[in-house]
Amino acid sequence: MDIQQNYFSFLGLPESYNIDLQALSARYRELQKTLHPDRFAHLSEREKRMSVQYTAYLNEAVTALKSPLGRAQYLLHLNGIDTISDASVKLEPAFLFEQMALRDDLEDIKALVSPEEALGLFMDKVVGQLSEYQQAFSDCFEVGDVDSLKMATTIVRKMQFMVKLQKEIELVENELD
Amino acid sequence: MALLQIAEPGQSSLPHQHRLAVGIDLGTTNSLVATVRSGEAVTLPDHEGRHLLPSVVRYLSEDKVVVGAAAREYASSDAYNTIVSVKRLMGRGIKDVAAFGEVLPYEFEEDQGGMPFIKTVAGAKSPVEVSADILKVLVQRAEESLKGDLVGAVITVPAYFDDAQRQATKDAATLANINVLRLLSEPTAAAVAYGLDQKDEGVILVYDLGGGTFDVSVLRLTKGVFEVLATGGDSALGGDDFDRALAEWLATQADVTTAMTAGLSRQLMEQAREAKEQLTVDDNAWVNLQIAGKEVSVAVSKTQFDELISTLVDKTVRACKRVVRDAGLSLDDVQDIVMVGGSTRVPLVRKRVEVLFGRPLHVDIDPDRVVAIGAAIQADVLAGNKPDSEMLLLDVIPLSLGLETMGGLVEKVIHRNTSIPVARAQEFTTFQDGQTAMAVHILQGERELVEDCRSLARFVLQGIPPMVAGAAKIRVTFQVDADGLLGVEAKELSTGIESSIQVKPSYGLSDGQIADMLKASYSSAEEDKAKRFLREQKVDADRLISALEQAIVIDGQTLLTADERNVLESEIAILKEIKENSDARKIELGVEHLAKISDEFASRRMDLNIQRALQGHSIQEIEEIT
Repeated sequence: MDIQQNYFSFLGLPESYNIDLQALSARYRELQKTLHPDRFAHLSEREKRMSVQYTAYLNEAVTALKSPLGRAQYLLHLNGIDTISDASVKLEPAFLFEQMALRDDLEDIKALVSPEEALGLFMDKVVGQLSEYQQAFSDCFEVGDVDSLKMATTIVRKMQFMVKLQKEIELVENELD
Repeated sequence: MALLQIAEPGQSSLPHQHRLAVGIDLGTTNSLVATVRSGEAVTLPDHEGRHLLPSVVRYLSEDKVVVGAAAREYASSDAYNTIVSVKRLMGRGIKDVAAFGEVLPYEFEEDQGGMPFIKTVAGAKSPVEVSADILKVLVQRAEESLKGDLVGAVITVPAYFDDAQRQATKDAATLANINVLRLLSEPTAAAVAYGLDQKDEGVILVYDLGGGTFDVSVLRLTKGVFEVLATGGDSALGGDDFDRALAEWLATQADVTTAMTAGLSRQLMEQAREAKEQLTVDDNAWVNLQIAGKEVSVAVSKTQFDELISTLVDKTVRACKRVVRDAGLSLDDVQDIVMVGGSTRVPLVRKRVEVLFGRPLHVDIDPDRVVAIGAAIQADVLAGNKPDSEMLLLDVIPLSLGLETMGGLVEKVIHRNTSIPVARAQEFTTFQDGQTAMAVHILQGERELVEDCRSLARFVLQGIPPMVAGAAKIRVTFQVDADGLLGVEAKELSTGIESSIQVKPSYGLSDGQIADMLKASYSSAEEDKAKRFLREQKVDADRLISALEQAIVIDGQTLLTADERNVLESEIAILKEIKENSDARKIELGVEHLAKISDEFASRRMDLNIQRALQGHSIQEIEEIT
């Protein structure tokens, strides 16, 4: 088996955005039980080394597919579109203004005396927006023609902004403790 | 498509022999060794029935080493030669040690790598050597008690230990001549000790409050597979802080704050600790202090003590909440809470944690022994004594790994809480025309700036072909193994020039240093060394032969052509023959040869196993679709 094969087929899952996350976890555990270096602890060095490589690949695959953004990026990658290092997609000014407004909102919330509740609501809003993007990505990707993939790429770029905002909110939450 | 039902392959047809393996809790204050005997995990006592070995080593002249309680008695009278809490120095540089903020009684000497060596009458000792001396005592205790050689040990490390600290621990084991089956994180060991792996599934939180450290971890268990989902805590919070809070209060009560001396301060801490212990059972404690020849008595109630430590306990509760959130869960999801570490005997700690989760806690196993017991259970499985065991302990990397980029910033390559083993590649390019070398600086930590992270290693990648700036593409691959240890490989993509670097932590020992120390530790002559080498080679050969024979029994039919099988079998026969004579080098070469020849078979087996692992689900899946 080529260790560099497609994550989906490595995990025995259909190549789709809407994968069953529970099936993904179940596969992950099945394969870990087979491949993990602990299974080879009393065997030869060579087998141990091989097992480390396989398990590392398994972890990489599962990490990518588990995350909604990572899964979208990987599907585009399989279609020859790089959204990880290539950030050349142009986003409409309206979206960028909206992002700036959201970041201003976060600054305002941070300035509150007890920001917990406002922060929670803000997080809900961001999560809601993200799941709309996920649905939109899924729809575009299922269609699959050149224009739809282009739209899917734009959506991924927007998801990247929202995921980053989500991390910033988490950071603020952590600082509250 | 018809699906083949593949039966679970039969277990080895070879005779099964119980292999001796132990679990070792190498602690800051105390260490323990445990093993599974007649199906039960037990800690092993010394000749005098003591299970806890104080982690104290005293060096005397003429190469004499004393470890344990006998050494601890000299901790203050012979402070220079008596090393306590060496675990805190593991994987640390001399600058870190200076920044501990307290005065350590040792004289340090720096080696070229910046590793702190402690000057003793027996020469300069590295923290790795001191730890190795503790390990040797534990292994000897185990071998005497079990009457045989150990095949290996599982050694526990705190979940937050970084790469340098893990590497130092593994180096100590190498020096003590121990085959490390696995470095296991302490919370995982604790969960195993409670048999939580027997449950079908659940989320477990391990709350480990020791003397000087606090560690909290969230694990998920699903059908025998443990996953560490997240870890957190505070490396400078523990029971000693409770003592300090109480000691300060006592000082105010006795009105001695202005007349404080070093001796009185020690007395206060000691009395505070005793009072704390008494308050775990009683509602009140009396403290008698000798101040300037006068005796002063102070009463302290449990309520008062609880008030004093309340903010400290709150801190641990907040850390629990944070780690649960890091794991992507809510507090209700946590089904089991395991309490580890002597400080979890404090009633307020138990109460607050119980209130937080609204569930009873696991406190039945001695919190000092629970980690060693779990490690022993895992060691038994890894040694191959339980082929049917479903238990699998997956771990995460506790701190992010990154590289230094322009402007002293750290770019994270592998984020914290990523499952290990893991490999990740990052591409770099040259910055100047004609640049032929590139410096790589690896760091571990969560902060943005290089100076706020821990420097793990630096190396220079040589031999880049001269090109215009930005033309060369260098791919650096990080690989972290199941023990959390890092390896780095670098490759120039346009030419394919490859260089693999064995990363040794900045403050670790080089392989050469370890080899020298090992040599020095063999008091005997060359002859003994040769004997030892021969024995090791024979063990290696046996291991390979038995693994291969077993593999052929299980998968030979399916995966090998008759020719291939014949070749393998005759090569095995050849190695068996070589093994019988006493030329260690020949055996070594024979092992290498057979390993190489069987490589293809091994990777076919791995693939088949993947297929088998997926196969079981396919029928069910097809049913779901239709």
